[in-house]
Amino acid sequence: MSRIRLLVGTRKGAFILTSDGKRERWEINGPHFAGWEMYHLKGSPAQPDRLYASQTSGWFGQLIQRSNDGGKTWEAVGNEFKYDGVPGTHKWYDGTQHPWEFKRIWHLEPSPTDPDTVYAGAEDAALFRSVDGGRTWQEFPGLRSAKGHLWQPGAGGMGLHTILLDPQDPKKIHIAISAAGVFRTSDGGATWQPANQGLKSLYELPDPDAEVGHCVHRIAMHPSRPQVLFMQKHWDVMRSDDAGGSWREVSGNLPSDFGFPIDVHAHQPETIYVVPIKSDSEHFPPDGKLRVYRSQSGGNEWEALTKGLPQQDCYVNVLRDAMAVDRLEPCGIYFGTTGGQVYGSADNGDTWNAIVRDFPAVLSVEAQTLP
Amino acid sequence: MIRVVLPYHLRTLARIAGEVHLEVGSPVTLGSVLSALEMSYPVLRGTIRDHTTLKRRSFVRFFACKEDLSLEPPETRLPEAVVAGAEPFLIVGAMAGG
Repeated sequence: MSRIRLLVGTRKGAFILTSDGKRERWEINGPHFAGWEMYHLKGSPAQPDRLYASQTSGWFGQLIQRSNDGGKTWEAVGNEFKYDGVPGTHKWYDGTQHPWEFKRIWHLEPSPTDPDTVYAGAEDAALFRSVDGGRTWQEFPGLRSAKGHLWQPGAGGMGLHTILLDPQDPKKIHIAISAAGVFRTSDGGATWQPANQGLKSLYELPDPDAEVGHCVHRIAMHPSRPQVLFMQKHWDVMRSDDAGGSWREVSGNLPSDFGFPIDVHAHQPETIYVVPIKSDSEHFPPDGKLRVYRSQSGGNEWEALTKGLPQQDCYVNVLRDAMAVDRLEPCGIYFGTTGGQVYGSADNGDTWNAIVRDFPAVLSVEAQTLP
Repeated sequence: MIRVVLPYHLRTLARIAGEVHLEVGSPVTLGSVLSALEMSYPVLRGTIRDHTTLKRRSFVRFFACKEDLSLEPPETRLPEAVVAGAEPFLIVGAMAGG
């Protein structure tokens, strides 16, 4: 029977949660790297016991940890993230130009085919790649040439938080950057183009239709249909049917179209999940009710999933990297909150259980389906 | 022999229990001690000072003999008591406040 392994990054360490395929009883292992901010952990699809983790600290900076045994033991690998050449400048809060400065890695995306190849999304926004298991890192400087001088950090920092590798064409990559937008390459990362046509940021940008500057919170893709992308923007849930060439809004009947994560069902490419948050000023669920919303039509028509989730006095947030799906049938959905709960559903989201209730604030959740 | 005391998180990262003891050639400076430390424990590279510029990370402090050496240049010689091993060289995570 298959097993599930959840990789949970929190403000104060990493945890590994494992269960059999029933997903009823969970073994909790951790904290790993106790006291450190664990922004993201992810396993290699090609070698699932090879894990990568982003370990950061305001005091001691960035480390990358690697495991070859599913998280039982770890070794620190390379932590030198050097922007290529003279890094140049981006727009600063006061409108002046400001030099690019490395702060941390927000997201790690292992290659689907090579366990030694892994991509890393950085703040200040840049994309790095290692082809030697994380020992050394090289930047894709062409990304910052895509109008990087116009990118301006939001209050949460200018982080590259989403990396979607096209499973059908390794030369195609989509990335998303907080307060800059979506960018894509079709030549393996040498050149990049903004992919934000159709996004509207009425209250965030002086030109609501600007080519760059949109605060994209997350994009998601089903591996069988890489040309279809879903997006949770600052406000608005969006969809593209042409690999980011154009976007249209599919917020439909959501109680709020503000939020952070979005994910796609493992077996139903038109089934997507979001967690509505009241507003950019109030980062908690509307009416104190924690509700996952599911659309089975690729957007526009949404249903609230509430069974097992708190329906009163709930004021947590769910961050952009804190939702994941497994690949079992029925599909398992998981998300972590800033209140330290990790919720799981083993039935496509119909019912939920708290796997844990008292972790530190959850920054990221990834699900591995193991044989 | 130079005695170096690391903050908790760097001790766990480098898998060190207690003080680090380093042999450092003369003259013993702030920079030469940090280089010797990073040579012995490569995992600490980038956690105390920048990989390239060797600039101290903002929230790391260097203390010795009740003096704050954090703002001193890397060629600064460490006090004789540290060089003699009578006093440790302290690498400290700055107070978070609150």
